[in-house]
Amino acid sequence: MTVADILERLGGDDTFPKLLVRNVERFGARVAMREKEYGIWQPFTWREVHEHVRDFSLGLVALGLARGDRVAIIGDNRPEWVWSEIAAQGAGAASVGLYQDSNLTEVAYVIDHCDATFVVAEDQEQVDKILDMLEKLPKVRYVVYTDPRGLRSYRHPKLVSFEAVEEKGRELGRARPGLWEENVRGGSAEAVAIVSYTSGTTGFPKGAMLTFRNLLSMALALGDVDPKRPEDEFVSFLPLAWIGEQMMSLSAALSVGFTVNFPEEPETVMENIREIGPDVMFAPPRIWENLNSTVQVRIMDTTPFKRFMYGLCMPVGRKVADLQFAKKPVPLAWRLLYRLAHWGLLRALKDRLGFTNLRSASTGGAALGPDVFRFFHAMGVPLKQIYGQTEISGISCIHRGEDIQFHTVGQPIPGTEVRIGASGEILSRSPAVFAGYYKNEKATAETLEEGWLHSGDAGYLTEDGHLVVIDRIKDVMQLGDGTQFSPQFIENRLKFSPYVKEAVVVGKGRPYLTAMLNIDMGVVGKWAEKNRLSYTTYTDLSAKPQVYDLVQKEVDQVNETLPAAARIQKFVLLYKELDADDEELTRTRKVRRGFVEERYREVIDALYGERGEVEIDTTIRFQDGKTARIQTTLLVRRLAAPGKAA
Amino acid sequence: MAILKVQHVILHFRGVTALSDVSFEVEPGALHSVIGPNGAGKTSLLNCISGVYRPQRGAIHFDGRDITRLSPATRTTLGIARTFQNIALFKGMTVLDNLLIGRHVHEQRGVIAGGLYWGAAKAEEIENREVVEDIIDFLEIQHIRKKVVGTLAYGLQKRVELARALALEPRLLLLDEPMAGMNAEEKEDMARFILDISEDRGTTIVMIEHDMGVVMDISHRVTVLSFGEKIADGTPEHVQGDAAVQEAYLGQSQAEE
Repeated sequence: MTVADILERLGGDDTFPKLLVRNVERFGARVAMREKEYGIWQPFTWREVHEHVRDFSLGLVALGLARGDRVAIIGDNRPEWVWSEIAAQGAGAASVGLYQDSNLTEVAYVIDHCDATFVVAEDQEQVDKILDMLEKLPKVRYVVYTDPRGLRSYRHPKLVSFEAVEEKGRELGRARPGLWEENVRGGSAEAVAIVSYTSGTTGFPKGAMLTFRNLLSMALALGDVDPKRPEDEFVSFLPLAWIGEQMMSLSAALSVGFTVNFPEEPETVMENIREIGPDVMFAPPRIWENLNSTVQVRIMDTTPFKRFMYGLCMPVGRKVADLQFAKKPVPLAWRLLYRLAHWGLLRALKDRLGFTNLRSASTGGAALGPDVFRFFHAMGVPLKQIYGQTEISGISCIHRGEDIQFHTVGQPIPGTEVRIGASGEILSRSPAVFAGYYKNEKATAETLEEGWLHSGDAGYLTEDGHLVVIDRIKDVMQLGDGTQFSPQFIENRLKFSPYVKEAVVVGKGRPYLTAMLNIDMGVVGKWAEKNRLSYTTYTDLSAKPQVYDLVQKEVDQVNETLPAAARIQKFVLLYKELDADDEELTRTRKVRRGFVEERYREVIDALYGERGEVEIDTTIRFQDGKTARIQTTLLVRRLAAPGKAA
Repeated sequence: MAILKVQHVILHFRGVTALSDVSFEVEPGALHSVIGPNGAGKTSLLNCISGVYRPQRGAIHFDGRDITRLSPATRTTLGIARTFQNIALFKGMTVLDNLLIGRHVHEQRGVIAGGLYWGAAKAEEIENREVVEDIIDFLEIQHIRKKVVGTLAYGLQKRVELARALALEPRLLLLDEPMAGMNAEEKEDMARFILDISEDRGTTIVMIEHDMGVVMDISHRVTVLSFGEKIADGTPEHVQGDAAVQEAYLGQSQAEE
């Protein structure tokens, strides 16, 4: 299948604004978006969305936005976020999404680097960030806010409300009828639609330029193997700056025409998902893991009868799921039992989570544990693994239909070629491969070679065409004696345990492997309560010998699956959670290895020393800049060294 | 013209003088704090304004009307609402129900019409819900809308109590230690909400608070009480520089020298 074929299906409507106009003609009075506000789902029809986008777009033009400019957008998931993006694109500009929890420096870096002339900020919190840094952002001409709350007393020549911009747009629309339509027609599939800044695990973020052709060809190809329908419901709750959310809430929603729902507040997401009952859902592993552990915790808490039902029905679901994974026929008896389990438990459980209608569920960004996979499949939620990079518009591989294999990320989507390069690197090529990094020729040249995208991931292809991802190439490390190991691979396996929230494996150039772990406060806390273990804080709970015993069992299990030379010999439970605000994690919650190893140097020294404990006296910083001091003694737990003990 | 006038109020309980000849005025739209050491009579003063106590002497005028002899309920209908030092909510009811109860003051229809949920009573109920939802949005408590109050963290309960007071749509809001027992982050949130109520809604606020940092930061005007007497009254800067205030708070520094 060629590129032309894919985009031809859109009949020339090959940009987001063109698709919006098409959807108005096609769906008009149907609901395009909903936002929960004042306790009610407030609908917006395609026609209304189009009016907002048109007015806002013309308003930006009236204020001086030109074709080829960039508009930065920051805030929680709201209709206005999406409107701003399509409006910017309608005027021939590209949109640049910023993560809403980014700090001042990160925000300022991206806004300045992408040469944004307009910033659309949701509320006071985001506006404060921008205004604080505005002196260093000379290119920014206007800051547009969508929520006036707390901003009434602000007087700033560059600050203007969303409504005011729309009003300006209406004026311009009256003065120059047909301008919007002309602007939309002027857009082309080859124009840059978004500049997506990747949360670099090293150095400054890079801005990947993605054209409409990239985004739409990916959405259509993915739709071929994982179909979406115009009547589908989708809940948008992950950062819109992330390519995965862009793919769903914009590329797929506009090309297919399904309804995008925006939650009331970040805190109400799970409740809102239940109210909507989405047909389509895409989320990173941590969301699925959270759901899984939430259910486990709730079951521990519920009435004996419900616990009994769970204990009775869940194994039936697991058994049937396992048969399906193994591609074996499900015997009639099991099918009947499954039906009973469905009525007895699974149906209610799905309803509780809001998954009753869920037809297309996928996870991507990192590995997801087999237990979690099995849990959702047992329930009847067909969870699939996907794989891709920002640079390939999000997706290159996905599990097909019933062909689910835990350790793989599935097969390439139509129009995508995947091969393994000389150094074991995963290379891919498709019409969705990006146009290059913005203002970074060097990085572009390193990443793109004759149309092949270098992922930086090490991996291999199985005989049946599935791709297996091992780790980042640069993260495959060697012990002092030359034994190869992949820290992330081991960390992911450690994190499959419900008790372990975060893990950092150390060992590069060292005699053996060690691990620094974060316990999951919710699950371990519950476990402690059940076992009458009293504790006060995270630090206190982490230091309990009983908790060490509990975690040791988990580490032992992981060790059994590892080659003897690459097993973890010592571990500690850290006194605080690794946090993006402390720069220990990226905004997408990946460990920044170098930084962490530097910061916890004394812990690591202890892991390779002879002493069984280490004194900690440190300060931690909160999001608002306040600091607190932590003084504690950290235990080092030694595991039976396979080579020596046996 | 002042919206609230407290004139020569004297309050005593069997020989213990709680307030002796306290007078002050609150301008419309002002954020007015009352501070003072423990036992200075701050809560007594608030109770006189809300009608829980009746002063032996003196008068209290609200919006030009003498309210000294009116019952607390009547004062509520005039537009005075308050929160309490110790949270006073219906702990077994949801946040939403607690707020809707705050709307009863404004209910025009009778029990029967309301019970039948018909016609004008239905319209009224829908309107009440709209007002309440607006407040829920304003105070950012959407996620606990349907939670039972007793299960919530203390800081959130405080916020719910504030929401309930706002549901009355008061013109004068009395806050008794809105930040007591909160951590730094919760205090910061609460201070922002109080400022927003003052700025966005234009509600006049009289607040008792112990956290001097917050008081001096957000108040337009501060009245200082000590042992039942008003010892200072003015802008935060003025009050901070006042010798009598420093003495009341820090002890008699001059005497020690």
